[in-house]
Amino acid sequence: MNQPFIIGSVQTPTGDVPKISSDLSWPDYWGSIKARWGVGRMHYTVDPGLYALGEPNERSPVLVTANYKMSFDRLRETLSNRHAWILVLDTNGINVWCAAGKGTFGTDELVRRIEFSQLNRVVSHTELILPQLAGPGVAAHKVKKRTGFKVLYGPIQATDLPAFLDAGMQTIPKMRRKTFTMLERIVLIPVELVSAFKWSLLIIPVFFLLGGLGAPSGFWQGVLNDGLFAVLNLLGALLAGAVLTPILLPWLPGRAFSQKGLVMGLITTLFITLFGVFYLNIRQDYMNILAWFFLTPALSAYLAMNFTGASTYTSLSGVRKEMRWAVPLEIVGGMAGLTLWVGSRFVLP
Amino acid sequence: MEKMIYLKDVVTLQLNEKNCSGCGMCIVVCPHAVLSMNNRKVQIENRDACMECGACAMNCPTEALTVQAGVGCAAAVINSALGREGSCCCVIETKNEPPKDQSKSCC
Repeated sequence: MNQPFIIGSVQTPTGDVPKISSDLSWPDYWGSIKARWGVGRMHYTVDPGLYALGEPNERSPVLVTANYKMSFDRLRETLSNRHAWILVLDTNGINVWCAAGKGTFGTDELVRRIEFSQLNRVVSHTELILPQLAGPGVAAHKVKKRTGFKVLYGPIQATDLPAFLDAGMQTIPKMRRKTFTMLERIVLIPVELVSAFKWSLLIIPVFFLLGGLGAPSGFWQGVLNDGLFAVLNLLGALLAGAVLTPILLPWLPGRAFSQKGLVMGLITTLFITLFGVFYLNIRQDYMNILAWFFLTPALSAYLAMNFTGASTYTSLSGVRKEMRWAVPLEIVGGMAGLTLWVGSRFVLP
Repeated sequence: MEKMIYLKDVVTLQLNEKNCSGCGMCIVVCPHAVLSMNNRKVQIENRDACMECGACAMNCPTEALTVQAGVGCAAAVINSALGREGSCCCVIETKNEPPKDQSKSCC
């Protein structure tokens, strides 16, 4: 594999270990941006194995990470001007936390990688620094028993590593808490948006053209007004559920994500309806308008519900409980809206 | 915004205090400060903050903690219900069973 971040090698008793740069270059940043937008994200990897950062010796710390390139980059850029060993596990290109949840960033893989890289011959100590979020996959006591290496759970954020290392491998409570700040939520939006938008590309043209059916002012006038109104509502649902709900998450009412999305969807529909009534020549029959007060919030609630997977604090038990009422409600709401909208094309003159 | 809490009274986290050795590893790995130390034993201090990631149970050497660990992801629940398999982390499966296919992305 072409790995341009390798800038040489460091000699060890086990042979040459590739030396990596802690400087990120333009392709690294561009790669992160692409991955955030879902482009090539499942194949954004580095080769697993041992790497040297700076000029590490047998007393240098060993830091373990996943072979998702973005995880690897976040780690090496935070360790500039330091000497350390980086042990990259094979997690199929998945980030640390997701991979730990799946077990691929797990005890077995860690033990295998320690043995494969002959780590005990490269360093004279027996400590490994793992990201705290590897916890769901790695059993520290089992690693110790099987390899002799003691797992130290470092901070959650790579950016806290310098402070952690300088404090003699000590964390402060803040480093151990997973947050979900606005910035952390915003960077997750593109991937959600891209996957939702794929469906929209199929649905939007259909609604746009069907908007012309039964229009008293003629088909194309109907398309340009009611069709456009439908498209605005569908895009509004996307905006409400996949963008605004994630951004405004802590301030929207309710605990369930579907409820937050529902509220955001209703607000959005209200604004779009006002726009439609005042600026578009939409048919002002109650079915044509009411339809979107069902469809848009239902779609928004569904999209918001899917953001549970990206969030950092939802439990599986909770998501299952939420889905037991939310999914039926979203389906009923969607069907009701669809029936009203299609009905308004045919029933009324 | 200091603490975001999901649904109340749903979490499957269980502590068997008799087994607890007070080593504190669970407190170290928990990303939401659910657990705390009380008289050399761990206690569940903030149950509703638990996201069932399973890190505490995984790292408990004396099996004092149990939790039905999983990823709180609606897409995963849907994928499992529809019998789809192996799409990155958006499917609920047994641990240590590597995904068969990495072609789909979602989480």
